[in-house]
Amino acid sequence: MRGAKSAKWVVGAIVVAMAATACNGGGDSKSSSGSGGKPAGYVSVDVGEPQNPLYPTDTNETLGHYVITALYSPLVKFDDKGKILNVAAESITTEDSKTWTIKLKSGWTFHNGEKVTAQSYVDAWNWGANIKNNQKNSLWFNDIKGYEDVHPEKGDPKSDKMSGLTAKDELTLSVELKNPVPYFQYKLGYVPFMPQPQAFFKDPKGFGQKPVGQGPYKFEKWDHKKLIQVAAYDGYKGDDKPKNKGVQFKQYSTVEAAYQELMSGNLDLIRQIGPKDLPKYKSDLGDRAIDKPYAAVQSIVPAFYSEPFKGIDPKVIQGLSMAIDRQTITKTVLNGTRTPATSFTPPGVEGNQSDLGVDVFKFDPAKAKDLIKEGGGVPGNKIWIQFNGDGGHKEWITAVCENIRQNTGVECLADPKPDFQADLDLRDQNKVKAMYRGGWVADYPLNVNFMRELYKTGAEANSGRFSDKGIDELMEKGDNAKTLEESVKLYQEAEKAMVQKMPSIPLWNYRINGGHSKTTDNVVVDYRGDYVMTEVTPK
Amino acid sequence: MGRYVARRLLQMIPVFIGSTLLIFLMMYALPGDPVRAMWGEQAIDEAQIASIKHDLGLDLPLWQQYWNYVSGLFQGDFGTQIASQRPVADVIADAIPVTLRLALFAFVFTVVVGISLGVLAGLKADRWLDKGVLFFTLLLVSVPSFVLGYLFQFIFAMKLGWLTPTVQNSEDFGQLFMPAIVLGSLSLAYVTRLTRTSIAENKRADYIRTAVAKGLPRRRVVGIHLLRNSMIPVVTFLGTDLGALLGGAVVTEGIFNVQGIGREIYEALNRHEGSTVVGIVTLLVIVYLCASLIVDLLYAVLDPRIRYA
Repeated sequence: MRGAKSAKWVVGAIVVAMAATACNGGGDSKSSSGSGGKPAGYVSVDVGEPQNPLYPTDTNETLGHYVITALYSPLVKFDDKGKILNVAAESITTEDSKTWTIKLKSGWTFHNGEKVTAQSYVDAWNWGANIKNNQKNSLWFNDIKGYEDVHPEKGDPKSDKMSGLTAKDELTLSVELKNPVPYFQYKLGYVPFMPQPQAFFKDPKGFGQKPVGQGPYKFEKWDHKKLIQVAAYDGYKGDDKPKNKGVQFKQYSTVEAAYQELMSGNLDLIRQIGPKDLPKYKSDLGDRAIDKPYAAVQSIVPAFYSEPFKGIDPKVIQGLSMAIDRQTITKTVLNGTRTPATSFTPPGVEGNQSDLGVDVFKFDPAKAKDLIKEGGGVPGNKIWIQFNGDGGHKEWITAVCENIRQNTGVECLADPKPDFQADLDLRDQNKVKAMYRGGWVADYPLNVNFMRELYKTGAEANSGRFSDKGIDELMEKGDNAKTLEESVKLYQEAEKAMVQKMPSIPLWNYRINGGHSKTTDNVVVDYRGDYVMTEVTPK
Repeated sequence: MGRYVARRLLQMIPVFIGSTLLIFLMMYALPGDPVRAMWGEQAIDEAQIASIKHDLGLDLPLWQQYWNYVSGLFQGDFGTQIASQRPVADVIADAIPVTLRLALFAFVFTVVVGISLGVLAGLKADRWLDKGVLFFTLLLVSVPSFVLGYLFQFIFAMKLGWLTPTVQNSEDFGQLFMPAIVLGSLSLAYVTRLTRTSIAENKRADYIRTAVAKGLPRRRVVGIHLLRNSMIPVVTFLGTDLGALLGGAVVTEGIFNVQGIGREIYEALNRHEGSTVVGIVTLLVIVYLCASLIVDLLYAVLDPRIRYA
């Protein structure tokens, strides 16, 4: 009876395997049993798992940004023209753009009942800037005096406090900067500049999973890879009180799956529509479709160290720009998801000039040819456009290349890299063959953000290594301006000058393509293309 | 028997070390730096990148990183994810039950429906039923799983409204129904073909004629004598298929929003999360090894002439 005996072994093994899975299943049921349903009055949105723990100072991507801005209220926010509105701040004033006084609104509390004071901000910023805490947004504090002490280039920090930060009294915060920054109040609208309650510093790890803020919503639960749920905070003192009872940020593995859920009424808001559904989403959703511009630019950027572009005459780049039929490509290849760009800054940011008084962004093949000839042509008569092959860029890059090849005779090839990491790697190491695909979403809606960070000599995000003395000088002038208005004006001048130097070829500005369910209303989009969750009303 | 099993289990150790080392090296060889990539196109901070790498031990030489990883494994530590800072063990523990449920569902579906269809077709070889099954299985083999997935979603969820289009709660077997059927359908076709051929062949074997001549009831002839002897190729296929159902379901998991292992590997690969990829793939390797061990043991059950000493 060998057969029977070995059968016992097999049965035993199977029983063990089954028991193990049943046991797993049982353990899991407690935590996720509620995740299928949605409490009444809540709205849901397809926001997947944030990349990082929920620290304001560590969040630099959209998904985390959604959750953080629900849980924390910034000092200031912006209207759709890029003008400043106070939220947690009563006033922000400065005499010399170097020392800033921030007065907080009184009566605000964290979700755990603790009072929000100037010290809550000082401690949170010091913690976020400290190199030991490995926060990705720490660079945002580098305007503040004493940043080098907590965040040295090398070695351990000398101090855990930035000397420029002081709490004058309970509600007054004084910030001394290293150099004047006339637009510092704009930066204060970005996520790192949030307060933290005292309990945070005792257990940052725990708070990263279960944050306590002072924003419109308080944290309820985080079912990893499934959903994050927040509830309206009764004690919220801001003007943007939530018009719903809470929000569910739900993870979907693909945009197509999320779209299916929106159609069947299981999801209220969808942030993006996959290429498969783009051609039909407007007829599917009718007036529930959302199609709005936001402050982001896509461009192709010459690497000014590469063979084709080393010491090139800017006229050639102007010519390449004029050879691209932005209108047709955005309409056909991109399905209307972008708007042709007419300047280096997108509409909706303060200081944007929609008309720079030049025809560099117009489609004009004849002039394109002339300009390239005048400028002496591209060495080797061949360019490449580098991009990450996994990001859905291939179609429009091919179309742009086709335009360039047909209209100027310059050979243009798409140069895909397997993924974003590989793409960035080559940019960092100055190994781009000719041009690369660049994208920039506003951190704060000011023209400065689209120029200084990208095109100033030595700026960290200036991967094309563009460098021009005249433009640097104009930007420096703008940085040293007495007032915000003056600074914006000087940067506008810099933008006009940039057209003659062409640090990049802006192609188009982004639009958000989304939609909402029949049971929600009043869906508003902010300058970053994010839904304003507090405004959404359930029906 | 016990010694045989012990020997097979011991053989898993070198396979385990080899596979972890290989995958570890592959992840290391990928271009791009996962820590740097967290900044994307924004301004980067070299000092901060160096500090994060130091804390995660990513600045050590390769052999030392591998040593730390493997010695961690033996203490039950699968490492920590770079961006989310969650322990990899937690991440895997979240995804495994979901995948197991889906895979077992698909597996049971494959076995029950596949073998039944195969037996029916085999017994009626070359008759109209057999032709019908042949057509049906050929269709399943030739239609890619994502086409089948979207088709099911369109028909059963959007048009008829019987099922939810995607999985909201992986404990609900009603919601897992569609992805499990789609996932199992390809294997179903293979199982049906294998069973059918094997049955049709053994139907004419001497021992079947003997059994019929002895006057055994038809149920017993088919159920015990014929089926048991025809199962060896099918069981071999099912053993390896279980592994494929667990790890290779990326497409199906994507369409139906199942947050399982396949999805996890895909995302981890995209972000170059080395420790997550190595951890999951190692687990899958172990599953494959165990499945093939069980298959080998099953041979002895099915065919008494096969013995393991």
